[in-house]
Amino acid sequence: MALAKRIIPCLDVTAGRVVKGVNFVNLRDAGDPVEIARRYDDQGADELTFLDITASSDDRDLILHIIEAVAAQVFIPLTVGGGVRQPNDVLRLLNAGADKVSINTSAVTNPQLVKDCSARFGSQCIVVAIDAKQTVWGATPKWQVFTHGGRRATGLDAVEWGKKMQDLGAGEILLTSMDRDGAKIGFDLNLTRAFSDALDIPIIASGGVGNLQHLVDGVVKGGADAVLAASIFHFGEYTVEQAKQTMAEQGIEVRL
Amino acid sequence: MTVDIAVIDYGMGNLHSVAKALEHVAKGARVAVTDDAKTILAAGRVVFPGQGAAPDCMREIDARGLREVVKQAASEKPFLGICMGLQVLFEHSDEGDTPCLGIFPGQVKRFVQARMTDAQGRRLKVPHMGWNNVRQPRPHPLWAGIPDGERFYFVHSYFVVPAQADLVAGYADYPAEFVCACARDNLFAVQFHPEKSASAGLRLLANFVSWNGKPA
Repeated sequence: MALAKRIIPCLDVTAGRVVKGVNFVNLRDAGDPVEIARRYDDQGADELTFLDITASSDDRDLILHIIEAVAAQVFIPLTVGGGVRQPNDVLRLLNAGADKVSINTSAVTNPQLVKDCSARFGSQCIVVAIDAKQTVWGATPKWQVFTHGGRRATGLDAVEWGKKMQDLGAGEILLTSMDRDGAKIGFDLNLTRAFSDALDIPIIASGGVGNLQHLVDGVVKGGADAVLAASIFHFGEYTVEQAKQTMAEQGIEVRL
Repeated sequence: MTVDIAVIDYGMGNLHSVAKALEHVAKGARVAVTDDAKTILAAGRVVFPGQGAAPDCMREIDARGLREVVKQAASEKPFLGICMGLQVLFEHSDEGDTPCLGIFPGQVKRFVQARMTDAQGRRLKVPHMGWNNVRQPRPHPLWAGIPDGERFYFVHSYFVVPAQADLVAGYADYPAEFVCACARDNLFAVQFHPEKSASAGLRLLANFVSWNGKPA
């Protein structure tokens, strides 16, 4: 009897469609968003994350329709991220039915946004997404924050940045290893552990999941509170249910 | 028009999910998200949700003139409090040293980070966020069909400490036991989010929608 570790499938959305692809190329329509969300809900997903990868800001509002449709049918927490720049963007996503909004690049360009949004909407709905790349190896490794989908270096130390985001009111950190993203060789466990040891708020590990043992490692070795994965679920390699059984067999508390 | 279910809107957080979940379980019911005193008092039943911080919640309730409306609704019809809608029913919250509605005797306290370790000595995070088991110390119509120990979705940093043991309708552990559901007469209030707790949560909402407001 204890708080369960969470499994969070992540869905990419572009121009109002849920798509699947590898590293943003060869995107294919993944099907009806409500059906996909319901399928993951049926499999026991603890939350869902929608990441808007729309290139053109003109088309970005289209995700609101998806969130509205999903929120009317699927009753688990929904997080939405991508292109959030101002409090009004957060408000519109929450009003569409999102429970949490994830802020990434704009947290770096305007940290006050995190403070303003957590004060106005509550820390519980403000997730700060951090894309980190390792820059120092050896006994005291370090990671740097990258923005703009991992293309732009910021010079910020990732762990220090995470603490600052916690102090500004973030309720949770979505932590992605850019080194591991898409590589399917497992989470960067040192990065995950550095965050989970340094911060008091929950950490969602992301980037690099290729099999179910990677999810277990993220929790047991990395100390993550939740694990996020995309491709292993989308391409039908594993179900969320299988993932939870694997975690449960290794002594991890999960919601079955 | 008289509504079946009024969801009290005092500007705190996303009420869309609560309304959608109620519509989902109460097919054809008229659900209104409203801050209108007449609509709330004429409704068949009332849901009192809320997110965010206690000082803001109390300020918004008063800014909209809803203090007496909430108290009256809580005294006379089936009434469901959710999350902050449980906490502000108590006398006082440590969050911002805030006097609350005083419908239930007791206080609202914060999880103390220094005491937050699990059985293996690992640190537990605050907010308490995710799916945790809920024990039912006694039967209640709103627990009907929900197994004792079922998991519900939580997200909170404060928890209620009732001054009367007979108010308690549910417990969870994080890591110490805390009260996550309270009930008295026509009132039922929960710390977790039934509207986000998949089938178990929908069952609780369905139970509320068909509840006659009697404790047993």
